[in-house]
Amino acid sequence: MTTTTTAEGFADVVARCRAEGRAALVGYLPVGFPSVEGSLEAMRVLVEAGCDVVEVGAPYSDPVIDGPVNQDAMAAALAAGTRVDDVFTAVEAVREAGAVPLVMTYWNLVLHRGVERFAADLAAAGGAGLITPDLIPDEAEDWLAASDRHGLDRVFLVAPSSTPERLVKVTTACRGFVYAASTMGVTGARTSVDADARGLVERVRGVTDLPVCIGLGVSTRAQAAEIAGYADGVIVGSALVRTLGGDGELSQRLEALRTLTAELAQGVREGHR
Amino acid sequence: MTEPTATDTDTDTDTDTGLTVEELPRPGRFGRFGGRYVPEPLVPALEQLDEARQKAAVDPEFQAELARLHATYTGRPSIITEVPRFAAHCGGARVVLKREDLNHTGSHKINNVLAQALITKRMGKTRIIAETGAGQHGVATATAAALMGLECTVYMGKVDTERQALNVARMKILGAEVVAVEHGSATLKDAINEALRDWVTNVRTTHYAIGTVTGPHPFPEMVRDFHAVIGEEARAQVLELTGRLPDAVVACVGGGSNAMGIFHRFVPDEGVRLIGVEAGGEGVESGRHAARFAADATPGVLHGAMSYLMQDDDGQTVESHSISAGLDYPSVGPEHSFLRDTGRAEYRYATDEQVMEAFALLCRTEGIIPALESAHALVGAMQVGRELGPDGLVLVNLSGRGDKDMHTAAAWFGLAPEGTQ
Repeated sequence: MTTTTTAEGFADVVARCRAEGRAALVGYLPVGFPSVEGSLEAMRVLVEAGCDVVEVGAPYSDPVIDGPVNQDAMAAALAAGTRVDDVFTAVEAVREAGAVPLVMTYWNLVLHRGVERFAADLAAAGGAGLITPDLIPDEAEDWLAASDRHGLDRVFLVAPSSTPERLVKVTTACRGFVYAASTMGVTGARTSVDADARGLVERVRGVTDLPVCIGLGVSTRAQAAEIAGYADGVIVGSALVRTLGGDGELSQRLEALRTLTAELAQGVREGHR
Repeated sequence: MTEPTATDTDTDTDTDTGLTVEELPRPGRFGRFGGRYVPEPLVPALEQLDEARQKAAVDPEFQAELARLHATYTGRPSIITEVPRFAAHCGGARVVLKREDLNHTGSHKINNVLAQALITKRMGKTRIIAETGAGQHGVATATAAALMGLECTVYMGKVDTERQALNVARMKILGAEVVAVEHGSATLKDAINEALRDWVTNVRTTHYAIGTVTGPHPFPEMVRDFHAVIGEEARAQVLELTGRLPDAVVACVGGGSNAMGIFHRFVPDEGVRLIGVEAGGEGVESGRHAARFAADATPGVLHGAMSYLMQDDDGQTVESHSISAGLDYPSVGPEHSFLRDTGRAEYRYATDEQVMEAFALLCRTEGIIPALESAHALVGAMQVGRELGPDGLVLVNLSGRGDKDMHTAAAWFGLAPEGTQ
């Protein structure tokens, strides 16, 4: 699971996973939940248990595409004093643990720090790039330039509602992979991942050669296996957050997180492509 | 911690946050403000809306239907009222109120909502959702939904459902579902977050009728245009009454829809000062206020638009405060930021205490009970009138009536029976 090169990016992950005949597992956790140190520990657990990529979430006061589980975790992180600087600490920790760190952040945090400064800090910490849920390529000129300067991946979202024109526009701006929202809605576990997801991946593949990862709603090994059958990566978020935020001592919750992650890692190896 | 300069971002914004690209002229921008900072799933809906409202703007059938509704349902044109007894406290300047409080549902909000509801039907959508602070936009949306047979859900911060209980009851009576939002500060900004989440999920059937001149393009422009009737009427009415244009047009500014509505027609009239009054809350120095322009707000993105924003060193939104729920918002419509930076409009603020004084004054001198939001504009009129002196002429947008605020006013003035708030 561990890699020796610290410069590994998402493209390398996908190549490795393809060689192993599986999809990549991307795990999301917000920085600062349940504490900064606790979140670093939890991210290390994700890597040890089989996440290829950790989506490092920057907690934000107004997370409009997140459901209640992630909202509550972010609010707790902010209430405990988590700062944007801590995001870069987490990025370093994930890189040290041997996985690829990608930061998921709402745009105002980047804008306020300064797009160039954020990009430089991210690159210096070993981050592979940004996932920007509320930034569309139309508004991203500064970020397109900064990510070019620093060799960072830029991951924009597509959704079942995306028109053919939007799919071209968005995927042209992406580097690393394309984040396909499985369903119309906010983050949160769902009992079934929308049939829209498979159709969306097919439509994305019609306009780009970039890898496609599916996120929103994935919480079980069976869902991971199903998605691994047609996508390059499976993104799991709130199911992990909910597990980390469950009852009991932190050590117990980290073990539960390890168990769930290992199951999901099994799942991405069971998809038949 | 970020370095000390972060407290002084006003001066280094352009270089440090790299906003220069944002200053390029683009559709949906007011200078560098505005834009469309939204999750991708909403983009098709915004494009559909932009197309629908542009078609409606040149469609005689739509215009006739909206005019008919305004004439037979809203009660337009709203009248103007000269208020000499109140003006005696304004340095003797003449003061004229534009009576949006007399519209059906009790505020200017109905102008925008009827138009958006018509557009909702034209887009083939069957459900309309809204956020509301004071409840005025929520009531107007529930009303339009009832009138046009649309399903309606209104998101309202839990704090606001408590201080505006009357409007919650009105919305429910009108058939709307009211969702009390408990996240964050449980006020207007959090209601907008929740409405956006609903919209992302249900965008195929649902239109989100944003109630003010903020949000992603085309909302700031569209909502302004639907309220521009206020300024159109008022300009002609003041000319007819006094034979000249006012020296100043004064309006309260939360998101800023009533202000943009009355300002818009006057923007080309260079001799007319446009004055927005923000919520000073417990005083800017207290930190508990919504005076974005008076305090150290800097450009940032919230709810889809770039505008002045109350934010901390990291770019996290700072909670605002005002005695009036409708002005309790940490950002402001992007066109106001543009008018402010270009100097075309000026902004000042009124504290809760000044507001309650002006509120009581209008009640007792003129027999008109204003909304607490609108009472901010009255404070501005008192100040500007004194600055202008007896030759001055001030037009004030009285954006809403104060029935909803009786509970707050009774508590403030000690008129509430023991045991109530």
